[in-house]
Amino acid sequence: MVSPGRKVLVIGYGNPGRLDDGLGPALAEVLARRSLPGVTVDADYQLTVEDAAAVAEHDLVVFADAAVSGTAPFWVRRVMPAAQWSFSTHSVEPECVLGMAREMFGVTTPGYAMGIRGYAFDEFGEGLSPHARANLEAAAAYLELALQNGDIREVGHGPVKGRPVRTPALHGDA
Amino acid sequence: MVATNGYKRIVIEPVTRVEGHGKVTILLDEAGKVHQTRLHIVEFRGFERFILGRPFWEVPVLVQRLCGICPVSHHLAAAKAMDWIVGGEKLTPTAEKMRRLMHYGQTLQSHALHFFHLCSPDLLFGFDADPAIRNVIGVAGKYPDLAVQGVMLRKYGQEIIKATAGKKIHGTGAIPGGINKNLSIQERDFFLKDLEQMMSWARSALKIAKDYTLEHVDELKGFGSFLSNHLSLVRKDGAMDLYHGNLRAITADGRKIFDQVDYQSYLDYIREEVRSWSYMKFPFIKSIGPESGWYRVGPLARVNTCDFIDSPEAEAARKEFMAVTNGKPNNISMAYHWARMIELLHSMEMIAGLLHDRDLQGKDLVVKGKRRGEGVGLVEAPRGTLFHHYKVDENDQVTMANLIVSTTNNNEPMNRAVRGVADEFISGRQIREGLLNRVEVVIRAYDPCLSCATHAMGRMPLVVELYDHAGQLVDRRSRE
Repeated sequence: MVSPGRKVLVIGYGNPGRLDDGLGPALAEVLARRSLPGVTVDADYQLTVEDAAAVAEHDLVVFADAAVSGTAPFWVRRVMPAAQWSFSTHSVEPECVLGMAREMFGVTTPGYAMGIRGYAFDEFGEGLSPHARANLEAAAAYLELALQNGDIREVGHGPVKGRPVRTPALHGDA
Repeated sequence: MVATNGYKRIVIEPVTRVEGHGKVTILLDEAGKVHQTRLHIVEFRGFERFILGRPFWEVPVLVQRLCGICPVSHHLAAAKAMDWIVGGEKLTPTAEKMRRLMHYGQTLQSHALHFFHLCSPDLLFGFDADPAIRNVIGVAGKYPDLAVQGVMLRKYGQEIIKATAGKKIHGTGAIPGGINKNLSIQERDFFLKDLEQMMSWARSALKIAKDYTLEHVDELKGFGSFLSNHLSLVRKDGAMDLYHGNLRAITADGRKIFDQVDYQSYLDYIREEVRSWSYMKFPFIKSIGPESGWYRVGPLARVNTCDFIDSPEAEAARKEFMAVTNGKPNNISMAYHWARMIELLHSMEMIAGLLHDRDLQGKDLVVKGKRRGEGVGLVEAPRGTLFHHYKVDENDQVTMANLIVSTTNNNEPMNRAVRGVADEFISGRQIREGLLNRVEVVIRAYDPCLSCATHAMGRMPLVVELYDHAGQLVDRRSRE
């Protein structure tokens, strides 16, 4: 269970009209149905700057997105505030959302990125591929348990920087 | 990149995630001069296939999946096309005003995000500032009040969208012939409470953009600027209208090419050229032809084409803007920022007016008339004119869909802007310091949508590579 009084934000983001890119919102939908105490769930097409304001009001944030590579069925990595910014886009990365929360609101909220492996991105269409759906179920089960136990930790490795398969848990974040 | 015919090719490639992305290639001749520039924006194809066969009433919701950045623009353009299909183009006052409120909310949040968080680092820190500082985090660190204003303006716009469209993802507000909800008194009062604060921040943003442009106007005139035609919707009396109107196109010196064209007949006036090297088409004015019939859209074009703006503070700002070029169209690429902030203030003024309009609490939401088999819907999306065109059969299924998105309309102008920068910053076998920054800056002025829709986790570095005519890499710059 999330520690009493601690507020957790889960943001599932992606485009459900682009097949497996909808994994993030799909995770948000699953978690919202669970109505976990202390857990606020949001979904959007992408992360945006105003998410920094919401992040600043929580004690822990999980950014859930589809992943084109990295460990299947999903990976989880700790994200730190940073100035990651692509050159011409209106969406931002988890690190940037945390960085903006820190710079603008003076709050350093611990954050994790969860990448759920998807396989079908190149077409318009609704619905997840069978493998992605299975990965979603595994990711949702993990996250629900982790939030209930207050014990979210890194799992697998993401597509950008290799991460150890297991690292020491960051107890008390959730 | 392999060199051909004695030319060197420079590649500036944002290696993206899986979505549509852009790259710039600059081809040099043996003397090291720029021979050709090309901005490649890879669009996803297959949308038409996705839409074909779907019931037409689903389309305003489906098209939001085209783009996670401006779903409301697609939602409204499709709804307007479907209004025509159901013979419901003469909306009830409540329906039209709810849609307008949604649209101004969208314009507000999009322009706020672009100015405060995408472009302000360029203006506040200068084009040559280290990208490690020249970014949104840098602004948040050095100008936290400004960054917070951007976030709160954006949030205000997003809340308006949520209240009018129903939700953030796959809003359902606009339906063929109308709207499916009105604005409750509680919702209205929620927005009225922060109205003055938002107006104040919008005025401040406009001042920053104006002051910057005026202070640097001589420099900016030579920075990726060029003469062009301009195109937008205008109201019947010539006023700027972001939601509805007729098409007007003007030349670089302000002469009308066509005016008050009903956009149902846009194909008689606008055509698209396909070029072998680009997935993205190149629209042009049919009567002039592809060589010189291309045009700019978006805030700069809209301020140039309209006769006036029907809100007092934005109109005063427009007059100041036009005075810089003695009343003639402004063709400075970086003036997009000033024009964008005029529209930001205009959107706030329009939101303020609408919130005080009791029609928003009306209950007459939908009209229908004589069914048609074909419809076109246009809106002035934040980035420019957005065209949606559909045909439906007797079973209500979509049989044809054609879209011209704002970034496509600005395809040739963005290529020209990059060329202008490249001419100045390429020399011999070296990429001059500052090229990368300036290519970014000038592309950003147009606020292109390079990252529509899909965006699984990844990074978007910017890479410049210079090859000699033998195909050897001689210089490379990248930004991780």
